[in-house]
Amino acid sequence: MSVLVDSDTRVVVQGITGGEGKFHAEQMMEYGTNIVAGAVPGKGGQEVAGVPVYDTVHEAAREEDADASVVFVPPAFAGDAVFEALDAPLDLVVAITEGIPTQDMAKVNKRLSEVDTRLIGPNCPGIITPGESKLGILPGNIFESGEVGLVSRSGTLTYQVVDNLTSRGIGQTTAIGIGGDPIIGTDFIDALELFENDPDTKAVVMCGEIGGEDEEEAAQYIAENMDTPVAGFIAGRTAPPGKRMGHAGAIVSGSGTGTAESKINALNDAGVPVGDTPNEVADHIEDFL
Amino acid sequence: MRLHEYQAKSVFADAGIPTPDASLASSVDEVVEAAEDIGYPVAVKAQVHVGGRGKAGGIKLAESKEEAEQAAEDIIGMDLKGYHVERVLVEEAVNFKNELYVGVTMDRGEGKPVAMVSTKGGVDIESVAEETPDAIAREHIDPAFGMHPYQARKAVYDAGVPRELASDVASVLQTMYQLWDDRDASEVEINPLMVTEDDEIIAADAVMNIDDDALFRQQELAEMEEETFEDDLERKAGEYGFDYVRLSGNVGIIGNGAGLVMTTLDLVDYYGGEPANFLDIGGGAKAERVANALDMVFSDENVDAVVFNIFGGITRGDEVAKGINSALEQFDEIPKPVVVRLAGTRAEEGREILNDELVTVEETLEDAVQRTVEHSEEEAQ
Repeated sequence: MSVLVDSDTRVVVQGITGGEGKFHAEQMMEYGTNIVAGAVPGKGGQEVAGVPVYDTVHEAAREEDADASVVFVPPAFAGDAVFEALDAPLDLVVAITEGIPTQDMAKVNKRLSEVDTRLIGPNCPGIITPGESKLGILPGNIFESGEVGLVSRSGTLTYQVVDNLTSRGIGQTTAIGIGGDPIIGTDFIDALELFENDPDTKAVVMCGEIGGEDEEEAAQYIAENMDTPVAGFIAGRTAPPGKRMGHAGAIVSGSGTGTAESKINALNDAGVPVGDTPNEVADHIEDFL
Repeated sequence: MRLHEYQAKSVFADAGIPTPDASLASSVDEVVEAAEDIGYPVAVKAQVHVGGRGKAGGIKLAESKEEAEQAAEDIIGMDLKGYHVERVLVEEAVNFKNELYVGVTMDRGEGKPVAMVSTKGGVDIESVAEETPDAIAREHIDPAFGMHPYQARKAVYDAGVPRELASDVASVLQTMYQLWDDRDASEVEINPLMVTEDDEIIAADAVMNIDDDALFRQQELAEMEEETFEDDLERKAGEYGFDYVRLSGNVGIIGNGAGLVMTTLDLVDYYGGEPANFLDIGGGAKAERVANALDMVFSDENVDAVVFNIFGGITRGDEVAKGINSALEQFDEIPKPVVVRLAGTRAEEGREILNDELVTVEETLEDAVQRTVEHSEEEAQ
């Protein structure tokens, strides 16, 4: 079992004719993802990586019966590409693109509240159900099918924690990289709810980082709604206040909110053990299983 | 991207928001000339990207030519929280009876812009927000519709702005939202918006920050950018296009992806070392970029050892390894010990390529960090 994607998911790659789009379309197919079409304005009628390309997502969805898309469209056009996928409509849109203007995402966010489509990202590594399907850029070979759900704001940190799990034989149901931007589609609470409702997910890892208050809100959600045990990790304990650490979201305000300490305390209060190292997170998960 | 006060004021003034008479100056003579033109009293204000300029001595009032000279001499050339002051804004000092706050920013929790008005302007608004949150009226805006005029009025009335000023303040707020929207701002703020004895309002300060990701469609503003850095290393990082933050320790850190780099910093601390920097080479880095990253970290004289932590997804281990080799082969002797941890995409190929006479290769993150901390302790002695 899995959440959101499995081997039946029929995927359109938006931006498949670009370098990244093509490379990762091939990687995804090699992994087993059921990619049924590409969508690139003006490139309809071509074929890339063995799949037909359409001018619009609407056409791709209609002709190939697609229900999900992965967006590899450059930032200036990515907001529009997401709108197009929401309107097609698809069930799931995964936006990999980094650097989409925040105001474009605010408009996307508004539209999301009006439709049934789920968005993952932007600026994220994507989602993977090991052994079945991956939508995004995650390195498939480190994942293994199993019982642990994983949700993370950071791509490479996801890989690190998965590596710590897989190396001791702990597999994953689904891993979701939700992205580090200030405005994202699926957030921690959405992902936690999916895992809570998935009978095959026996434990969940939640990787957060400094900035914002999403982890604190997630902690409250866990305390009130979850029976599935959760272990956490928070990156940025040593980050100095006021400095932006890479991600737009990874900044600690001077006033004490959004710090690693506040997030760790909130999670501990919700009964969630937080590892000092990614390896300790795997220790906690091992205890749960 | 953050605009200087004088730049933000010119954008605001062009949009119809009243601003004081002012002139930019970079020498004592220019300050005096500007002050005589405007008429005393004037405020002389350092143009650097630093908060709390007034308290730090970067803003002075001058009531005469002598005082203007003195203020110019004091401020031009001073170091303000690490920034060198090269220019000042000479500005009509407005007599006021009240100070308001107006601003528009993104509420990331809501995913919507929020307009804010307060009658407690002229002070540190973050403290007001923390201590007396009710003193700030907030109105969330639907980004698809923009700000309705009633929302501007509502925020102004909710804040308790005096009736005789309500219409003017609402109009300023509406204009600010329009600027926020049109110019891809992440923040626009006037603090204080002064109320004169004659019930006129005037923007005595101006903040405008633009979303860096949107600069491609804000050419006019992008051209106003004046890079200022705290030191040469940060300047270099800007040229190389790295996310880089200098810290106070001696363990140099290079990695890919903000979350993983932060985790590496945390682990260095966990194992008893002190991080010298945050450096994210980003996704998909090629060999040259990796070499630039090493150049950056070696340029920091505080660094005693360097750890490379790469978990390849979109980034490929063999590319990283080539970059590390080519950067290190230029030295007769490696300046500082380098420890490399490669995992993920093409990591095995990368580890095979790595010249292990030049670097120490470790399999796991924990081992790599511990080894680097040990090296840093040995070197520091």
